Amino acid sequence: MRCRKCSKPAVINMRHHKLALCKEHFLEWIVEQTERFIRKYRMFTHDDKVLVAVSGGKDSLGLWDVLWRLGYQADGLYIDLGIDGGFGYSNQSKELTVAFAEERGLKLHIVDVVASYGATIPEMARLTHRGKGKPCSVCGLVKRHEMNRIARDFGYSVLATGHNLDDEAAVLFGNTLTWATGYLVRQGPVLEAVPGLARKVKPFFRFYERETAAYALLRGIKYIYDECPFSVGAKSIYYKKLLNRLEADRPGAKLQFYLGFLRAKEEGLFAQRAEEVVETLHTCPVCGQPTSAPGKCAFCRLVERVEEAKRRRELSNASS
Amino acid sequence: MPAKLILRNKTYEVPHGITIKQALKKLDIPAEEVIPTREGELVTEDTRLKDGDIIRLVDVISGG
Repeated sequence: MRCRKCSKPAVINMRHHKLALCKEHFLEWIVEQTERFIRKYRMFTHDDKVLVAVSGGKDSLGLWDVLWRLGYQADGLYIDLGIDGGFGYSNQSKELTVAFAEERGLKLHIVDVVASYGATIPEMARLTHRGKGKPCSVCGLVKRHEMNRIARDFGYSVLATGHNLDDEAAVLFGNTLTWATGYLVRQGPVLEAVPGLARKVKPFFRFYERETAAYALLRGIKYIYDECPFSVGAKSIYYKKLLNRLEADRPGAKLQFYLGFLRAKEEGLFAQRAEEVVETLHTCPVCGQPTSAPGKCAFCRLVERVEEAKRRRELSNASS
Repeated sequence: MPAKLILRNKTYEVPHGITIKQALKKLDIPAEEVIPTREGELVTEDTRLKDGDIIRLVDVISGG
């Protein structure tokens, strides 16, 4: 197979675009397309201070690399979750992220969850009996809160994440199966800021996961290849695999599914529900971030419960 | 000599002469979920496997 632009041997064939490209033209294409999506969806401009949430994975590091090449003011945020999984998952991903930032002279914020809140993510889940043996919901809650806190405290106008089309299509698929309208209204490549919540954007949302992985490999970005040990059996992976079966028979099905959803939303699908969701936001009296119910937000309640559980454990250890 | 396809820590043997796409189909590995590489270089699925070829498949699915 040959590159459509120069006839050199292709390194990737994107069947949904009927486009095969060589290394040089694929790398160029990813950068150009990212810029096009940023402009088309009015994500941010060169005047904005962008905070990129980086995990050490292919998508977030790839995104940070592209934004850096495009000359945006993009700093990184790494949240050390304290996950080990028998192979030092968090340590390894942190090292890769730090090395990536140093090689390019980029600014990286690091939040250490243990140093800040006294427990790793799996410990928090255990101490508070949340998540039925899996810390994923606690992890999501902590990450969302911390990303928003750093964006607000350091004056970033926008928070960028490396979500790709497969991530977005899998979430959409899951939410559609249950008609979770509250989540459907909040899904999109741009989530506008509301008081206390930073504007969020996903510049890679139209790239297939295969393309973001190819970009990282071809660019020589060293990313964490091993998955989070808690992702085994995750619904999102199951949905991705189902959608890939569909994609195999109908190239472009994933993209069509997601873009069709965005179009329907633009045409007013869920418009009434969107108004209800915005109206019901309250402010947490402790951290000042928005919350769906009056009183402390879920994150502050979690931190309180972790502290209580640790105190109880210390007292019980002292008395035995 | 067969060609080898390696995905994470599993090695699969397939006859040479077929394409990577055909080999993936035979092994029931969705082509959407892997990137084939040969000697560190990315190759497309229409690449015909040669005698003794070693193709490393990079798993692209992540999530949780």
